[in-house]
Amino acid sequence: MSDKEPLFSAKNRKLLTNPLSAENPITVQVLGICSALAITAKLEPAIVMSLSVMAVTALANVIVSLLRNTIPSRIRIIVQLVVVAALVIVVDQVLKAFAYNVSKQLSVFVGLIITNCIIMGRLEAFALGNKPWPAFLDGIGNGAGYGVILIIVAFFRELLGSGTLYGFHVIPKVLYDMGYQNNGLMILPPMALITLGIIIWVHRSRNKGLIESN
Amino acid sequence: MNTQSNTYTFLYASILVVVVAAVLSFTALQLKPRQNKNREIEKKQYILKAVDISSTPEDAEALYKKYIEKAFLVNSQGKTISEDMDKAFEVDLKVENAKALKNRELPVFIFEKEGVGEKIILPIRGKGMWGPIWGFISMDTDGKTIYGAIFDHKGETPGLGAEIAKPAFQKPFAGKQIFDEQGTFTSLALRKGTASGHVHQFDAVSGGTVTSKGLEKMLRDNLGSYEKFLKSLN
Repeated sequence: MSDKEPLFSAKNRKLLTNPLSAENPITVQVLGICSALAITAKLEPAIVMSLSVMAVTALANVIVSLLRNTIPSRIRIIVQLVVVAALVIVVDQVLKAFAYNVSKQLSVFVGLIITNCIIMGRLEAFALGNKPWPAFLDGIGNGAGYGVILIIVAFFRELLGSGTLYGFHVIPKVLYDMGYQNNGLMILPPMALITLGIIIWVHRSRNKGLIESN
Repeated sequence: MNTQSNTYTFLYASILVVVVAAVLSFTALQLKPRQNKNREIEKKQYILKAVDISSTPEDAEALYKKYIEKAFLVNSQGKTISEDMDKAFEVDLKVENAKALKNRELPVFIFEKEGVGEKIILPIRGKGMWGPIWGFISMDTDGKTIYGAIFDHKGETPGLGAEIAKPAFQKPFAGKQIFDEQGTFTSLALRKGTASGHVHQFDAVSGGTVTSKGLEKMLRDNLGSYEKFLKSLN
Protein backbone atom coordinates (compact mmCIF):
# COMPACT_ATOMS: atom_id res chain seq x y z
CA MET A 1 0.00 0.00 0.00
CA SER A 2 1.63 3.27 -1.05
CA ASP A 3 1.75 6.29 1.24
CA LYS A 4 -0.06 8.37 -1.36
CA GLU A 5 -3.19 6.33 -0.97
CA PRO A 6 -6.04 8.50 0.39
CA LEU A 7 -7.13 7.81 3.98
CA PHE A 8 -10.55 6.64 2.89
CA SER A 9 -9.73 4.88 -0.37
CA ALA A 10 -12.23 2.35 -1.69
CA LYS A 11 -10.11 -0.41 -0.18
CA ASN A 12 -10.04 1.22 3.23
CA ARG A 13 -13.77 1.94 3.16
CA LYS A 14 -14.35 -1.73 2.53
CA LEU A 15 -12.46 -2.51 5.75
CA LEU A 16 -15.06 -0.48 7.59
CA THR A 17 -18.20 -1.63 5.80
CA ASN A 18 -17.53 -5.31 5.08
CA PRO A 19 -17.75 -6.46 8.70
CA LEU A 20 -21.12 -4.75 9.02
CA SER A 21 -22.80 -7.25 6.74
CA ALA A 22 -20.98 -9.61 4.37
CA GLU A 23 -18.22 -10.46 6.86
CA ASN A 24 -20.12 -9.78 10.05
CA PRO A 25 -18.20 -11.28 12.97
CA ILE A 26 -21.34 -12.52 14.75
CA THR A 27 -23.78 -13.58 12.07
CA VAL A 28 -21.34 -14.80 9.44
CA GLN A 29 -18.22 -15.81 11.34
CA VAL A 30 -20.24 -16.72 14.46
CA LEU A 31 -17.68 -15.29 16.89
CA GLY A 32 -18.35 -13.47 20.15
CA ILE A 33 -21.70 -15.20 20.67
CA CYS A 34 -21.30 -15.62 24.43
CA SER A 35 -21.34 -11.94 25.29
CA ALA A 36 -23.94 -11.28 22.59
CA LEU A 37 -26.33 -13.55 24.48
CA ALA A 38 -25.47 -12.36 27.94
CA ILE A 39 -25.74 -8.60 27.89
CA THR A 40 -28.50 -7.98 25.36
CA ALA A 41 -31.50 -7.95 27.69
CA LYS A 42 -31.39 -4.14 27.70
CA LEU A 43 -30.20 -1.58 25.17
CA GLU A 44 -27.99 0.47 27.45
CA PRO A 45 -25.52 -2.25 28.46
CA ALA A 46 -25.52 -3.54 24.88
CA ILE A 47 -24.50 -0.13 23.58
CA VAL A 48 -21.80 0.34 26.22
CA MET A 49 -20.52 -3.18 25.53
CA SER A 50 -20.41 -2.44 21.77
CA LEU A 51 -18.44 0.75 22.33
CA SER A 52 -16.06 -1.06 24.69
CA VAL A 53 -15.42 -3.87 22.22
CA MET A 54 -14.98 -1.35 19.42
CA ALA A 55 -12.41 0.59 21.45
CA VAL A 56 -10.53 -2.58 22.33
CA THR A 57 -10.46 -4.05 18.80
CA ALA A 58 -9.41 -0.75 17.25
CA LEU A 59 -6.67 0.05 19.77
CA ALA A 60 -5.39 -3.53 19.97
CA ASN A 61 -5.22 -3.64 16.18
CA VAL A 62 -3.24 -0.38 16.05
CA ILE A 63 -0.82 -1.37 18.81
CA VAL A 64 -0.15 -4.84 17.40
CA SER A 65 0.20 -3.38 13.93
CA LEU A 66 2.79 -0.87 15.19
CA LEU A 67 4.69 -3.68 16.90
CA ARG A 68 4.20 -6.20 14.10
CA ASN A 69 7.80 -6.12 12.84
CA THR A 70 9.32 -6.42 16.30
CA ILE A 71 7.17 -9.17 17.81
CA PRO A 72 9.11 -12.47 18.12
CA SER A 73 6.87 -14.90 16.28
CA ARG A 74 7.25 -17.61 18.93
CA ILE A 75 5.52 -15.49 21.58
CA ARG A 76 3.24 -13.47 19.33
CA ILE A 77 0.00 -14.88 20.75
CA ILE A 78 1.16 -14.06 24.27
CA VAL A 79 2.12 -10.54 23.20
CA GLN A 80 -1.31 -10.06 21.62
CA LEU A 81 -2.97 -11.38 24.73
CA VAL A 82 -1.04 -8.99 26.96
CA VAL A 83 -2.03 -6.04 24.76
CA VAL A 84 -5.70 -7.06 24.73
CA ALA A 85 -5.78 -7.81 28.46
CA ALA A 86 -4.20 -4.45 29.30
CA LEU A 87 -6.71 -2.59 27.14
CA VAL A 88 -9.64 -4.46 28.64
CA ILE A 89 -8.50 -3.64 32.17
CA VAL A 90 -8.25 0.03 31.20
CA VAL A 91 -11.76 -0.07 29.73
CA ASP A 92 -13.07 -1.78 32.87
CA GLN A 93 -11.46 0.82 35.13
CA VAL A 94 -12.77 3.69 33.02
CA LEU A 95 -16.31 2.28 33.13
CA LYS A 96 -16.10 1.85 36.90
CA ALA A 97 -15.07 5.48 37.21
CA PHE A 98 -17.40 7.09 34.70
CA ALA A 99 -20.33 4.73 34.10
CA TYR A 100 -20.62 2.91 37.41
CA ASN A 101 -24.17 1.62 37.03
CA VAL A 102 -23.61 0.22 33.56
CA SER A 103 -20.36 -1.36 34.65
CA LYS A 104 -22.27 -3.15 37.41
CA GLN A 105 -24.76 -4.50 34.89
CA LEU A 106 -22.00 -5.68 32.56
CA SER A 107 -20.15 -7.17 35.56
CA VAL A 108 -17.80 -9.92 34.42
CA PHE A 109 -18.53 -9.46 30.75
CA VAL A 110 -16.20 -6.47 30.46
CA GLY A 111 -13.37 -8.64 31.72
CA LEU A 112 -14.45 -11.37 29.35
CA ILE A 113 -13.87 -9.10 26.34
CA ILE A 114 -10.34 -10.54 26.61
CA THR A 115 -11.67 -13.89 25.49
CA ASN A 116 -13.78 -12.45 22.69
CA CYS A 117 -12.57 -14.35 19.63
CA ILE A 118 -13.25 -11.40 17.36
CA ILE A 119 -10.37 -9.46 18.88
CA MET A 120 -7.69 -12.14 18.73
CA GLY A 121 -9.02 -13.16 15.33
CA ARG A 122 -8.53 -9.71 13.88
CA LEU A 123 -5.07 -9.36 15.44
CA GLU A 124 -3.91 -12.64 13.92
CA ALA A 125 -5.63 -12.24 10.59
CA PHE A 126 -5.18 -8.55 9.96
CA ALA A 127 -3.11 -6.43 12.34
CA LEU A 128 0.00 -8.63 12.10
CA GLY A 129 0.21 -8.06 8.36
CA ASN A 130 -1.05 -4.52 7.84
CA LYS A 131 -0.17 -0.92 8.59
CA PRO A 132 -1.71 0.86 11.59
CA TRP A 133 -4.31 2.93 9.71
CA PRO A 134 -5.97 0.04 7.85
CA ALA A 135 -5.68 -2.00 11.05
CA PHE A 136 -7.48 0.75 12.93
CA LEU A 137 -10.30 0.82 10.35
CA ASP A 138 -10.54 -2.95 10.44
CA GLY A 139 -10.84 -2.83 14.22
CA ILE A 140 -13.54 -0.18 14.14
CA GLY A 141 -15.38 -2.07 11.39
CA ASN A 142 -15.39 -5.36 13.24
CA GLY A 143 -16.28 -3.73 16.53
CA ALA A 144 -19.17 -2.00 14.80
CA GLY A 145 -20.26 -5.21 13.08
CA TYR A 146 -20.39 -6.86 16.50
CA GLY A 147 -22.16 -3.84 18.00
CA VAL A 148 -24.82 -3.63 15.31
CA ILE A 149 -25.98 -7.18 16.01
CA LEU A 150 -25.87 -6.65 19.77
CA ILE A 151 -28.01 -3.55 19.45
CA ILE A 152 -30.54 -5.22 17.14
CA VAL A 153 -30.90 -8.18 19.52
CA ALA A 154 -31.12 -5.87 22.55
CA PHE A 155 -33.72 -3.71 20.79
CA PHE A 156 -36.12 -6.63 20.35
CA ARG A 157 -35.39 -8.19 23.73
CA GLU A 158 -35.92 -4.98 25.67
CA LEU A 159 -38.99 -3.98 23.65
CA LEU A 160 -40.77 -7.32 23.93
CA GLY A 161 -39.35 -8.37 27.29
CA SER A 162 -39.65 -5.19 29.33
CA GLY A 163 -41.79 -2.94 27.14
CA THR A 164 -39.09 -0.28 27.30
CA LEU A 165 -36.37 1.09 25.04
CA TYR A 166 -33.25 2.48 26.67
CA GLY A 167 -35.19 2.43 29.93
CA PHE A 168 -38.16 4.47 28.66
CA HIS A 169 -41.60 2.92 28.44
CA VAL A 170 -42.67 2.78 24.81
CA ILE A 171 -45.53 0.28 24.87
CA PRO A 172 -48.62 2.40 25.55
CA LYS A 173 -50.57 1.68 28.72
CA VAL A 174 -53.70 1.10 26.64
CA LEU A 175 -52.20 -2.11 25.30
CA TYR A 176 -51.53 -3.41 28.82
CA ASP A 177 -55.10 -2.55 29.77
CA MET A 178 -56.26 -4.63 26.83
CA GLY A 179 -54.40 -7.60 28.21
CA TYR A 180 -50.98 -7.29 26.59
CA GLN A 181 -48.13 -8.64 28.71
CA ASN A 182 -44.38 -8.34 28.56
CA ASN A 183 -42.82 -11.59 27.51
CA GLY A 184 -40.58 -12.61 30.40
CA LEU A 185 -38.93 -15.26 28.26
CA MET A 186 -37.36 -12.53 26.11
CA ILE A 187 -35.22 -11.45 29.07
CA LEU A 188 -33.74 -14.91 29.54
CA PRO A 189 -30.70 -16.07 27.55
CA PRO A 190 -32.48 -18.72 25.42
CA MET A 191 -34.48 -16.06 23.60
CA ALA A 192 -31.27 -14.19 22.85
CA LEU A 193 -30.04 -17.27 21.04
CA ILE A 194 -33.31 -17.62 19.15
CA THR A 195 -33.37 -13.90 18.27
CA LEU A 196 -29.81 -14.21 17.02
CA GLY A 197 -30.76 -17.28 15.01
CA ILE A 198 -33.61 -15.36 13.38
CA ILE A 199 -31.25 -12.51 12.51
CA ILE A 200 -28.79 -14.96 10.92
CA TRP A 201 -31.66 -16.55 8.99
CA VAL A 202 -32.93 -13.20 7.69
CA HIS A 203 -29.40 -12.09 6.90
CA ARG A 204 -28.61 -15.21 4.87
CA SER A 205 -31.87 -15.31 3.01
CA ARG A 206 -31.23 -11.75 1.84
CA ASN A 207 -27.57 -12.39 0.95
CA LYS A 208 -27.58 -15.52 -1.19
CA GLY A 209 -23.77 -15.38 -1.38
CA LEU A 210 -23.57 -16.31 2.31
CA ILE A 211 -25.34 -19.63 1.93
CA GLU A 212 -22.88 -22.50 1.90
CA SER A 213 -23.28 -24.95 -0.98
CA ASN A 214 -23.54 -28.58 0.00
CA MET B 1 18.34 -7.67 14.41
CA ASN B 2 17.46 -11.31 14.83
CA THR B 3 13.94 -11.24 16.23
CA GLN B 4 13.93 -15.01 16.63
CA SER B 5 16.81 -15.36 19.10
CA ASN B 6 16.16 -16.43 22.67
CA THR B 7 17.77 -13.32 24.15
CA TYR B 8 15.60 -11.06 22.04
CA THR B 9 12.45 -12.98 22.93
CA PHE B 10 13.19 -12.81 26.65
CA LEU B 11 14.08 -9.12 26.52
CA TYR B 12 11.00 -8.35 24.47
CA ALA B 13 8.69 -10.14 26.87
CA SER B 14 10.27 -8.52 29.93
CA ILE B 15 10.10 -4.99 28.56
CA LEU B 16 6.54 -5.46 27.33
CA VAL B 17 5.37 -6.68 30.71
CA VAL B 18 7.06 -3.83 32.58
CA VAL B 19 5.60 -1.22 30.23
CA VAL B 20 2.10 -2.69 30.47
CA ALA B 21 2.33 -2.91 34.25
CA ALA B 22 3.35 0.74 34.46
CA VAL B 23 0.50 1.87 32.21
CA LEU B 24 -2.05 -0.12 34.20
CA SER B 25 -0.86 1.08 37.60
CA PHE B 26 -0.94 4.65 36.37
CA THR B 27 -4.51 4.28 35.06
CA ALA B 28 -5.68 2.58 38.23
CA LEU B 29 -4.17 5.30 40.44
CA GLN B 30 -5.67 8.07 38.35
CA LEU B 31 -9.17 6.61 38.40
CA LYS B 32 -9.19 5.39 41.99
CA PRO B 33 -10.67 8.55 43.61
CA ARG B 34 -13.57 8.60 41.17
CA GLN B 35 -14.28 4.89 41.65
CA ASN B 36 -14.26 5.23 45.42
CA LYS B 37 -16.63 8.16 45.16
CA ASN B 38 -18.98 6.02 43.06
CA ARG B 39 -18.92 3.25 45.67
CA GLU B 40 -19.58 5.74 48.44
CA ILE B 41 -22.57 7.18 46.60
CA GLU B 42 -23.89 3.69 45.93
CA LYS B 43 -23.69 2.86 49.64
CA LYS B 44 -25.57 6.05 50.50
CA GLN B 45 -28.24 5.08 47.98
CA TYR B 46 -28.59 1.65 49.60
CA ILE B 47 -28.93 3.19 53.06
CA LEU B 48 -31.63 5.57 51.85
CA LYS B 49 -33.37 2.77 49.98
CA ALA B 50 -33.67 0.80 53.22
CA VAL B 51 -36.05 3.49 54.47
CA ASP B 52 -37.78 3.64 51.10
CA ILE B 53 -36.18 6.87 49.89
CA SER B 54 -35.30 6.63 46.21
CA SER B 55 -32.31 8.61 45.12
CA THR B 56 -30.23 9.14 42.00
CA PRO B 57 -26.43 9.17 42.01
CA GLU B 58 -26.70 12.96 41.74
CA ASP B 59 -28.90 13.72 44.75
CA ALA B 60 -27.87 10.80 47.01
CA GLU B 61 -25.27 12.83 48.91
CA ALA B 62 -27.65 15.70 49.64
CA LEU B 63 -30.46 13.38 50.71
CA TYR B 64 -28.11 11.38 52.90
CA LYS B 65 -26.95 14.55 54.62
CA LYS B 66 -30.53 15.68 55.08
CA TYR B 67 -32.06 12.52 56.50
CA ILE B 68 -29.28 10.63 58.24
CA GLU B 69 -29.12 12.35 61.61
CA LYS B 70 -26.40 10.35 63.26
CA ALA B 71 -24.16 7.42 62.61
CA PHE B 72 -22.14 5.72 65.30
CA LEU B 73 -20.36 2.51 66.19
CA VAL B 74 -21.49 0.07 68.85
CA ASN B 75 -19.91 -3.12 70.16
CA SER B 76 -21.70 -6.43 70.66
CA GLN B 77 -22.56 -5.36 74.24
CA GLY B 78 -24.60 -2.50 72.79
CA LYS B 79 -22.21 0.20 74.09
CA THR B 80 -21.43 3.13 71.84
CA ILE B 81 -17.73 3.16 71.07
CA SER B 82 -17.49 6.02 68.59
CA GLU B 83 -19.78 8.80 67.47
CA ASP B 84 -17.78 9.63 64.37
CA MET B 85 -20.20 9.61 61.41
CA ASP B 86 -17.53 9.13 58.75
CA LYS B 87 -15.89 6.33 60.67
CA ALA B 88 -19.21 4.53 60.99
CA PHE B 89 -19.89 4.97 57.30
CA GLU B 90 -16.54 3.58 56.25
CA VAL B 91 -16.74 0.37 58.27
CA ASP B 92 -16.28 -2.69 56.05
CA LEU B 93 -18.66 -5.34 57.32
CA LYS B 94 -16.68 -8.08 55.63
CA VAL B 95 -13.76 -7.26 57.93
CA GLU B 96 -15.96 -6.91 61.03
CA ASN B 97 -17.78 -10.20 60.43
CA ALA B 98 -14.45 -11.99 60.28
CA LYS B 99 -13.61 -10.80 63.82
CA ALA B 100 -14.74 -12.43 67.05
CA LEU B 101 -18.12 -11.11 68.15
CA LYS B 102 -16.78 -9.13 71.10
CA ASN B 103 -14.23 -7.26 68.95
CA ARG B 104 -16.66 -6.15 66.26
CA GLU B 105 -17.28 -2.47 65.64
CA LEU B 106 -20.81 -2.29 64.33
CA PRO B 107 -22.20 0.75 62.52
CA VAL B 108 -25.67 2.13 63.27
CA PHE B 109 -27.31 4.83 61.17
CA ILE B 110 -30.12 6.96 62.55
CA PHE B 111 -32.62 8.27 60.04
CA GLU B 112 -35.13 10.98 60.75
CA LYS B 113 -37.80 12.41 58.48
CA GLU B 114 -40.93 14.28 59.28
CA GLY B 115 -43.99 12.11 58.85
CA VAL B 116 -41.90 8.93 58.98
CA GLY B 117 -40.21 9.42 62.31
CA GLU B 118 -36.93 8.05 63.54
CA LYS B 119 -35.60 4.79 62.14
CA ILE B 120 -32.52 2.73 62.85
CA ILE B 121 -30.59 1.40 59.86
CA LEU B 122 -28.26 -1.58 60.24
CA PRO B 123 -25.95 -3.03 57.61
CA ILE B 124 -25.84 -6.78 56.96
CA ARG B 125 -23.56 -8.95 54.88
CA GLY B 126 -23.35 -12.66 54.18
CA LYS B 127 -22.85 -15.37 51.59
CA GLY B 128 -25.21 -16.25 48.76
CA MET B 129 -24.76 -19.08 46.31
CA TRP B 130 -22.07 -17.60 44.06
CA GLY B 131 -20.70 -14.75 46.09
CA PRO B 132 -21.41 -12.16 48.74
CA ILE B 133 -24.89 -10.82 49.43
CA TRP B 134 -25.47 -7.70 51.51
CA GLY B 135 -28.06 -5.17 52.43
CA PHE B 136 -29.46 -2.79 54.99
CA ILE B 137 -32.32 -3.32 57.41
CA SER B 138 -34.22 -0.38 58.82
CA MET B 139 -36.08 -0.79 62.11
CA ASP B 140 -38.52 1.10 64.23
CA THR B 141 -37.13 2.68 67.38
CA ASP B 142 -38.53 -0.17 69.47
CA GLY B 143 -35.66 -2.24 68.08
CA LYS B 144 -38.02 -5.13 67.26
CA THR B 145 -40.00 -4.30 64.17
CA ILE B 146 -38.49 -4.17 60.70
CA TYR B 147 -39.49 -1.06 58.78
CA GLY B 148 -37.78 -1.79 55.47
CA ALA B 149 -35.12 -3.96 53.89
CA ILE B 150 -32.85 -3.78 50.90
CA PHE B 151 -30.67 -6.59 49.61
CA ASP B 152 -28.20 -6.83 46.80
CA HIS B 153 -25.78 -9.43 45.57
CA LYS B 154 -22.60 -9.82 43.59
CA GLY B 155 -23.72 -12.51 41.16
CA GLU B 156 -26.67 -14.66 42.20
CA THR B 157 -28.51 -16.51 39.42
CA PRO B 158 -30.79 -14.15 37.49
CA GLY B 159 -34.45 -15.08 37.91
CA LEU B 160 -33.68 -17.28 40.94
CA GLY B 161 -31.37 -16.09 43.72
CA ALA B 162 -31.08 -12.66 42.16
CA GLU B 163 -34.75 -12.08 42.99
CA ILE B 164 -33.65 -10.96 46.48
CA ALA B 165 -32.67 -7.63 44.92
CA LYS B 166 -36.25 -7.04 43.68
CA PRO B 167 -38.79 -4.88 45.53
CA ALA B 168 -41.31 -7.74 45.38
CA PHE B 169 -39.03 -9.76 47.64
CA GLN B 170 -38.01 -6.88 49.90
CA LYS B 171 -41.38 -5.18 50.50
CA PRO B 172 -42.88 -8.00 52.64
CA PHE B 173 -40.08 -7.58 55.19
CA ALA B 174 -41.79 -4.46 56.53
CA GLY B 175 -43.55 -5.24 59.80
CA LYS B 176 -41.67 -8.45 60.58
CA GLN B 177 -40.52 -8.99 64.17
CA ILE B 178 -37.05 -10.23 65.05
CA PHE B 179 -37.82 -10.75 68.78
CA ASP B 180 -40.54 -13.09 69.99
CA GLU B 181 -43.18 -12.25 72.60
CA GLN B 182 -40.85 -13.18 75.47
CA GLY B 183 -38.22 -10.79 74.12
CA THR B 184 -35.85 -13.52 72.90
CA PHE B 185 -33.95 -12.82 69.69
CA THR B 186 -35.32 -15.12 66.98
CA SER B 187 -34.32 -13.36 63.76
CA LEU B 188 -36.45 -14.40 60.78
CA ALA B 189 -36.84 -17.94 59.55
CA LEU B 190 -37.33 -19.18 56.01
CA ARG B 191 -40.80 -20.29 55.09
CA LYS B 192 -42.00 -22.18 52.05
CA GLY B 193 -45.22 -20.86 50.65
CA THR B 194 -46.52 -17.52 51.69
CA ALA B 195 -45.13 -15.93 54.83
CA SER B 196 -47.58 -13.06 54.94
CA GLY B 197 -49.18 -13.00 58.38
CA HIS B 198 -46.21 -14.79 59.91
CA VAL B 199 -44.18 -12.03 61.50
CA HIS B 200 -41.17 -14.17 62.37
CA GLN B 201 -40.75 -15.71 58.95
CA PHE B 202 -40.01 -14.62 55.41
CA ASP B 203 -40.73 -16.09 51.97
CA ALA B 204 -38.02 -18.20 50.39
CA VAL B 205 -37.23 -17.61 46.72
CA SER B 206 -38.37 -20.62 44.68
CA GLY B 207 -35.38 -22.13 42.95
CA GLY B 208 -33.08 -19.97 45.02
CA THR B 209 -32.75 -22.19 48.05
CA VAL B 210 -29.05 -21.62 48.66
CA THR B 211 -29.44 -17.86 48.34
CA SER B 212 -32.50 -17.89 50.64
CA LYS B 213 -30.66 -19.91 53.26
CA GLY B 214 -27.67 -17.58 52.96
CA LEU B 215 -30.01 -14.66 53.52
CA GLU B 216 -31.53 -16.34 56.57
CA LYS B 217 -28.07 -16.91 58.03
CA MET B 218 -27.00 -13.38 57.16
CA LEU B 219 -29.99 -11.95 59.05
CA ARG B 220 -29.43 -14.18 62.07
CA ASP B 221 -25.67 -13.53 62.29
CA ASN B 222 -25.67 -9.83 61.61
CA LEU B 223 -28.81 -8.78 63.47
CA GLY B 224 -27.68 -11.15 66.21
CA SER B 225 -24.52 -9.15 66.79
CA TYR B 226 -26.76 -6.12 67.38
CA GLU B 227 -28.98 -8.05 69.82
CA LYS B 228 -27.84 -6.26 72.99
CA PHE B 229 -27.94 -2.87 71.28
CA LEU B 230 -31.49 -3.46 70.04
CA LYS B 231 -32.61 -4.69 73.45
CA SER B 232 -31.18 -1.58 75.10
CA LEU B 233 -33.55 0.56 73.05
CA ASN B 234 -36.60 -0.18 75.13
